Amino acid sequence: MTLSSSAAFSAASAEGRGALVGYLPVGYPSVAGSLDALRALCGVGGDGPGVDLVEIGLPYSDPIMDGPVIQQAGTKALERGVHTSDVFAAVEAVRETGTPAVVMTYWNLVDRYGADAFARDLANAGGSGLITPDLIPDEAEDWLAASENHELDRIFLVSPSSTDERIRSTVAACRGWVYATSVMGVTGTRTSSPSAAPELVARIRELAPGTPVGVGLGVSTGDQAADVVGYADAVIVGSAFIKPLLAAEKAGRPDDFSGLRAVLADLTAGVRRRP
Amino acid sequence: MNHISLPDQAGHFDAFGGRYVPEALIAALNQLEAEFDRASLEPAFWQELDELRRNYSGRPTPLTEVPKFAQHCGRARIFLKREDLNHTGSHKINNVLGQALLTRRMGKTRVIAETGAGQHGVATATAAALLGMECRVYMGRVDTDRQALNVARMQLLGAEVVAVESGSQTLKDAMNEAMRDWVASVDNTHYLIGTVGGPHPFPKMVREFQRVISTEIKAQVRERFDRLPDAVAACVGGGSNAIGTFADFIDEPEVALYGFEAGGDGVETGRHAASIQGGSIGVLHGMRTYILQDADGQTMESHSISAGLDYPGVGPEHAWLAATGRAHYEAVTDTEAMAAFQLLCRTEGIMPAIESAHALAGVIRLGQRLAVEQPHAEPLIVACLSGRGDKDVDTAITYFGLPGHPDLYTGGVA
Repeated sequence: MTLSSSAAFSAASAEGRGALVGYLPVGYPSVAGSLDALRALCGVGGDGPGVDLVEIGLPYSDPIMDGPVIQQAGTKALERGVHTSDVFAAVEAVRETGTPAVVMTYWNLVDRYGADAFARDLANAGGSGLITPDLIPDEAEDWLAASENHELDRIFLVSPSSTDERIRSTVAACRGWVYATSVMGVTGTRTSSPSAAPELVARIRELAPGTPVGVGLGVSTGDQAADVVGYADAVIVGSAFIKPLLAAEKAGRPDDFSGLRAVLADLTAGVRRRP
Repeated sequence: MNHISLPDQAGHFDAFGGRYVPEALIAALNQLEAEFDRASLEPAFWQELDELRRNYSGRPTPLTEVPKFAQHCGRARIFLKREDLNHTGSHKINNVLGQALLTRRMGKTRVIAETGAGQHGVATATAAALLGMECRVYMGRVDTDRQALNVARMQLLGAEVVAVESGSQTLKDAMNEAMRDWVASVDNTHYLIGTVGGPHPFPKMVREFQRVISTEIKAQVRERFDRLPDAVAACVGGGSNAIGTFADFIDEPEVALYGFEAGGDGVETGRHAASIQGGSIGVLHGMRTYILQDADGQTMESHSISAGLDYPGVGPEHAWLAATGRAHYEAVTDTEAMAAFQLLCRTEGIMPAIESAHALAGVIRLGQRLAVEQPHAEPLIVACLSGRGDKDVDTAITYFGLPGHPDLYTGGVA
C-alpha cells in the first residue's frame, strides 16, 4: 500500500494549517546533486521544518506549462544526462526522509516508459502519485487503469477557465487531491487578477465538496503562501525554490543550498502563520 | 474506409490525434471547435472566405504542366498545383484566412502564430493586417537567421516577431512558445496554428481550410482529361499542403497519395526531419502521432535544409494514413531536394520553395520507378508546388556557391 499524498494535507490540517508542496526537478544541478537538493527541501541539514509534500519534476524537452525558471533548470538537467529512470531514485531519496513524494511530468515520458511500468516502478520506489500537466482525464484511459492497479494518486489540473461540468468530471477522475492552477499562465508568472485563485477554489469546494485542493503557479513568498492556505488546503511552490539553486550555480557553488533553505524557512513559516 | 467520419468526436484518427494539452486550454479548444462547426454550416461564412480566396488571395491557382521537367520523370506527365501563386507566396494563406475569420467571429482581437520558414508567419501577419488584429509570431532563432527576408516581411506587415532561443531554436520550439503564450492569453487571443497538427480541432479544421487545393486539382484534371490523376504528391513537414492535396482524393482509391518527408542527410544518418519514416509513435504538441524521440521520449532535434520542414512531428491524419497504408510516405534528402530545385528553375523557369522541391524530387523518383514497374503506362501525376522560392534564395546561393555571395564556397548551408 503506497502512501497517499493527501495524507500530507490531512497531517497539516490536523496542525491547524495548510500544507506546503515544494517542486524541484530531478537532474538539477546534477543527477546526484538533485537528490541532495530534494533532501534539503525536506528539511534535511536545516534547522526548521521541510515541505509537507515533494513534487519531483521529471524534465522534458518540450515543457509547455513550465515557466522560464523551471525550464532553464530542466534543460540543464537534460544536458547533464537525466533519464526517466532517475526519477525513481529521487522518489526513494525523498521517502527516506519521511516526506511523501509525487512526480510531475509530461505525458510522453510516461507513455514511452509504459504507463503500467511507470506506475509499478513509482509505487515500488515509495511514490504517492503523479501530476500530469498535459494529460486530461479525457485522454487518460491508460493512466486511470495503471494508477488503479498500483494504488497511486492521480492529480489532474483544473483552471479558472474550466467549466463547472469539467471541474466535476476532472475532480471525479482524480485520486488524492486536485491541482488548481491559480493563474492563467505558465509557472513562475503572475498575471491574472488576484481573485482568480480563491474564486476557483470556491467553485471546486461547491462542485466537489470534500476534495483536497492544492493551488499552484505564481507563489514565491511566505506572505503569498499564508494568503493561499487561507482558502486552499495546500500551496504549491516551484520556481522560488529553483531560483536560489540557479544563483548558487552561477556563483560557482552548485551544492550551496543556503538560498534554498532561506526560501524554505520563509514559506514554511508562511503556512504556519496564524491568520 | 469511412474517412469522412474522422476524426471522431474527441479528435482521434483511430490511435492518433486527440488533445494532450493543459486543462487551461480546453475551454478555448472547445470554443474554437464550436465556432468552426457552426461556421461550417453557414453558407455566408464560406461565401466570405471564397470571396477572399478569389479576389484577395488569387484562387483558383493554375495547374501547370511541366513537360521539360517531366523528361526526368520516366514517362509520367507532371502537373504542378501552383500554390506558390497565392498572395503571400504559399498555400499557408488558405488556412490563415479561414482561421482569421473564425477569430473575428469569436470576438478575439489578437492572433499568435509559430512559423518555420516564415510563410505561415507572413500569411498570418497579412490576415491580421487585413482584419485589424494584433499579431505576434514566434520563430526559432535559427530560422530567423536563415529566413531574414520573411522576418522583415512580417515586421513590415505590423507583426511582432519573437526569436525563440530555447531548445533547437527551430519550429518545434516556436510552437512551444506559442502554446505558452496562448495558455496565458487565451481570453483575447487565438493561436493560429499553421500546420495540420496540434490538439483537436486544429488537424480537422486546417484540413478543411486546405481542402480547396485538392478540390481544385480534381476539377482541373477532370476538365482537361475527364478523369482523375493517377497520383498526387506533396512535401510533408507538419503536412498541411499535403493534407490539402490529399483531402478530396482520400476516398478515391484509384488515386495514389504520396507524401515526401525531409530526409536531411539521410534517414539512416539520424539527421533528418522524417517523422513517419524515421520516427515512432508518441505525444508532442497536443497530439499523438509519429515523432522523433529518444528512448526516454525526449524529442530529438530534426534536421532539414528547409526551415519549413524542420519539425520532429507530423499531423495525426498523416500518421493514420501511413498506418493504414492509404498514403505512401518516403524521405527525400537535402541533396535530392536541391537538385530538383535547380532542375525546375532551369527547365521551366519556376523557382520553388525548398519545401516544395522535396515533392519535386519525390515525383522524379516516383515517375522513374513507375516507368520500370509499368512500362506501358503514362501516369498523370500532380505535385503540389506549395510555395515559391524567393525566401530561400540565400540558402540556395550558399548551397550552390554562387559568385558574389559573401559566404561563397564556405561549404555550409545558411
